[in-house]
Amino acid sequence: MTDKATSSSASETPNIRIVEDATCTFCGCVCDDMDLTVDLDAKRIIKAKNACVLGRAWFLQHGIEDHPAALIDGREASLDEAMDEAARILHDAKFPITYGLSDSPCEAQRVAVAINDLVRGNVDTTTSVCHGPSGIAFQGVGESTATLGEVRNRADLVIYWGGNPAESHPRHFTRYAVTPKGRYIPNGRKDRYVVLVDVRKTPSAPVANQFIQVKPGRDFELLWTLRALVRGRRVHADIEELTGVSREVVDELVERMKNCNYGVLFFGMGLTMTRGRHFNSGALLALATDLNRHTHFVAKPVRGHGNVTGADNVVSWQTGYPFGVNFHRGYPRFNPGEFTTVDLLARGDADAALMIATDPASNFPKRAIKHLKEIPLITLDAKPTYTSRQAKVAFMVATYGINTGGTVYRMDDVPITLRPAFESPFPTDEQILTGILERLKEFKAAERKKAA
Amino acid sequence: MAAPALRYNLLLRRNLLRDVAVAAEQMMLIPGRSSKQGTSLNAGKLKEEYQTVTSTIELNESAMRRLGLSVGDPVRLSCETGQVDVVCGKPRKDEDLPDGMVFIPYGPASSELMESDTAGSGMPMSKQMMVQVEPLAGS
Repeated sequence: MTDKATSSSASETPNIRIVEDATCTFCGCVCDDMDLTVDLDAKRIIKAKNACVLGRAWFLQHGIEDHPAALIDGREASLDEAMDEAARILHDAKFPITYGLSDSPCEAQRVAVAINDLVRGNVDTTTSVCHGPSGIAFQGVGESTATLGEVRNRADLVIYWGGNPAESHPRHFTRYAVTPKGRYIPNGRKDRYVVLVDVRKTPSAPVANQFIQVKPGRDFELLWTLRALVRGRRVHADIEELTGVSREVVDELVERMKNCNYGVLFFGMGLTMTRGRHFNSGALLALATDLNRHTHFVAKPVRGHGNVTGADNVVSWQTGYPFGVNFHRGYPRFNPGEFTTVDLLARGDADAALMIATDPASNFPKRAIKHLKEIPLITLDAKPTYTSRQAKVAFMVATYGINTGGTVYRMDDVPITLRPAFESPFPTDEQILTGILERLKEFKAAERKKAA
Repeated sequence: MAAPALRYNLLLRRNLLRDVAVAAEQMMLIPGRSSKQGTSLNAGKLKEEYQTVTSTIELNESAMRRLGLSVGDPVRLSCETGQVDVVCGKPRKDEDLPDGMVFIPYGPASSELMESDTAGSGMPMSKQMMVQVEPLAGS
């Protein structure tokens, strides 16, 4: 990090700092080659070299919000008052839940797990409505995996299934999987064959050599057909009608997969959010494993939020399970469908909620949102959201990766250090969560003293 | 001419919309990410741009013709779970967006139509929901 200039007059000579090799935490690509130009007087980033369209918006749109650091019932409060109230809510609740965490650094995530351990709460992350089904599938069939660096240097066949990286992860193509030259891919794009499988022709299609349009809801059938053929089995003739993909295309893809040097299957929400869910992900993971009879083949989910992979890792280290973990009995239990947040809210189980860097009020089913409105809600976010608007206690926090350091995990489970660009007047979510945890410990100590 | 969502809001404010069905078709709703959805959420979800982007649907040319829809026209999406009024965006080529499919960027509008049942997985069916697509006629 270098200070390029300091100002004597902010209006004439802006106090500019260049932050080299900064990390973008907008999406799971977590590109760590950003060169940021920061106006320290205005407290904002004015240029983000190397960033994609999403990354530029992330850096340039995150300045300092004109908003109190803490609100209780919509009225400005001190941080101490708000942390007191948040701790009281979590302490008094019989079934407190914590959700979000995928836009927080690992250091904050582990405090959130500790809070739930202490109050015997329920901790879940946005994974449950993202690649949660893939997490279930990992446990069922395993994962033939790799880092994105390995893909960049070795993969000559790249298949995207049920995703649209051109719009959701623009640099996935240019930094990791399609155009970069690698050690065994000396000519970059020319040495790779790229396939896109989806139900509609997205802006990602022009990047691919081949677009395969599968009928909606028939991914599992197509994947199972590919598995069968890779394993030398016969398939029924009606598979063309069922999947919308001709036998000729299927056979060609099977041969291409079997004969590549190094293949990779990247898969997205088109598999996990549709009928079949973890069966779809499981079929794809099993296909990758089957292909290792013929060549080297790996599969990776394309993850959305900047540190959703970190959330999976941290919650797994601390509890043994990646998401949907309940501490009510004093030890962690994992059961998607029971301890996942949409279910807990839709059934009306939760009686208090701690929402960290997430906005379920804008993207959950309305039955879940309805219950969320009926219980005491604590939010931590870097911008006002639909969820923070209805919170009992709302904290405005510093933006991770822009105002705070810490660690995040790229979608391939590689940890990356954050380099903050400028200071924020708002606390970090780790500081707020630690303050709440300390207060909860005091409550517990007082209870023990009273009992003795 | 005002942006589609802005035009729709103006019509709403002037109470110029009547809930008259010109025609209706059942289609498959595909919520997903888009570049504009991604960039606008960085500006803020409570800002107009995000709300406009996440309440604008895409249909193919044939479907828009059949339903008599033009860019900026108000449309009602409904299913057993709920209903939401959105705006018709630019047409997609028939070969890009198959007939019977409607795309919408993820957001509050698509959530309104999402069933909460997760089939024991934690994941609600967030894509490929069957919805009624009904043009709302202005007067």
